[in-house]
Amino acid sequence: MAMLEVKDLKVHYGMIEAIKGIDFEVNKGEVVALIGANGAGKTTILHTVSGLLQPSSGTVTFEGKDITKMPGHKIVSLGMAHVPEGRRVFAQLSVYENLLMGAYTRKDKQEIQETLDMVYTRFPRLEERKTQLAGTLSGGEQQMLAMGRALMSHPSIILMDEPSMGLSPIFVNEIFKIIEDVSSMGTTVLLVEQNAKKALDIANRAYVLETGKIVLSGDADKLKNDDAVKKAYLGE
Amino acid sequence: MSFISYLVNGISLGSVYAIIALGYTMVYGIAKMLNFAHGDVIMIGGYVAFLTVSGMGLPPVLGVLISMVVCTVLGVTIEKIAYKPLRMASPLAVLITAIGVSYLLQNIALLLFGASPKAFTSMVSVPAIVLADGQLTISGETIVTIVACIVIMIGLNLFIKKSKAGRAMLAVSEDKGAAQLMGINVNGTIALTFAIGSALAAIAGVLLCSAYPTLTPYTGSMPGIKAFVAAVFGGIGSIPGAFLGGILLGVIENLSKAYISSQMADAIVFGVLIVVLLVRPTGILGKNIREKV
Repeated sequence: MAMLEVKDLKVHYGMIEAIKGIDFEVNKGEVVALIGANGAGKTTILHTVSGLLQPSSGTVTFEGKDITKMPGHKIVSLGMAHVPEGRRVFAQLSVYENLLMGAYTRKDKQEIQETLDMVYTRFPRLEERKTQLAGTLSGGEQQMLAMGRALMSHPSIILMDEPSMGLSPIFVNEIFKIIEDVSSMGTTVLLVEQNAKKALDIANRAYVLETGKIVLSGDADKLKNDDAVKKAYLGE
Repeated sequence: MSFISYLVNGISLGSVYAIIALGYTMVYGIAKMLNFAHGDVIMIGGYVAFLTVSGMGLPPVLGVLISMVVCTVLGVTIEKIAYKPLRMASPLAVLITAIGVSYLLQNIALLLFGASPKAFTSMVSVPAIVLADGQLTISGETIVTIVACIVIMIGLNLFIKKSKAGRAMLAVSEDKGAAQLMGINVNGTIALTFAIGSALAAIAGVLLCSAYPTLTPYTGSMPGIKAFVAAVFGGIGSIPGAFLGGILLGVIENLSKAYISSQMADAIVFGVLIVVLLVRPTGILGKNIREKV
């Protein structure tokens, strides 16, 4: 069975149907990308999966558990982390305090310390700046902090929303390398990206969204060579 | 000497404002709403202390504790019934609801306790301090109020900086969605904030009525408004701001009463607020609100 299974999901904003009945799944260990233009509903889907939004119908199943109606803060302790669009680090808190927030659901201090060491090893820049307020970091550093913060909950799956948005090309490459690292450590990744080329480069599978519907899906390599995808999303 | 006496009394009055202002500022910081019923929770706190101590003859400390428990339950209940269903509603709807709750509490008190003022006996048994050969007397109420305010400020700061629930409050005040993604129970944190604010309101009610010993269903409304002014003055959402705003307001009010005119004192207080807001729209210690681009 898939680790994350979404069935016939519909989400409304007031009268507007933003997600018009979609199905997708993410298997353990995969990197799955959701690609599509602005307004296609990618962020809405992630928000619904992690419980920030309630769907009007459909189900979300995570590790065999129906989490459709579960409050968002409880989903975190099941092993799902979400790096939100625009990073949303706590600007008034230090880098270290932000990372501790990520471990909010965990109790064992020893284990938290171990994860913190792991995060600092992976992101040496965060350790250098651990006492600095998160709001004073550069965009790329904030993205690293948002990812580090998500890792602090020791998740089995990470949802990442536009991690490359607004970053310089050097940072974009670095962020995608980090996502590959995270994945190779055994964490499953559900990635939402406008940078379709980069996303398809690191993903195993992908779904293409258009105005609230999945129009294409399949292996990332296959989609990369799909004429329609090339034309619409890869600029070829 | 009389100046020092006015100043100390101003600090004491300001300490009460500061304790009330904390309730406004914490709730604003975390739930982004103005709880205009907060002042009336003070009044209920006063009545509970009055009934338990003067009516039932319980020791004052126990009366204060019971009053804190009642106000905490009341605050959390108000939040759950009146404000929580409006979490997604427009700020105006929430504001109007808060004003409605305020009138509701006043009228319930009117129904239960009647309109005639109750003579509140001071809950403070600390003796007055006489200084400078009897030229300066500081009452026990004044001392206890100032000490209580300092203890509350230090305690609250430690709670927010050191405890997990306190850090959750900081996170929720900055970004509810991101806080939820950390696994923080946002509704629970908001309820906790109301609980703390209301417990403090009970203490403020007892201190206020001990210093100004008449208790009516409207006792809480003017101090409530002044404490709201203090919170805005110091920078709403900021805890040190509530402290600073409260003390300044109390001192300005008392000195105006002493040296300018007791009728004009309130006008002067609100005038100073207008000037401060013209110069610093976010209040003295308020954060600049950054627009996301």
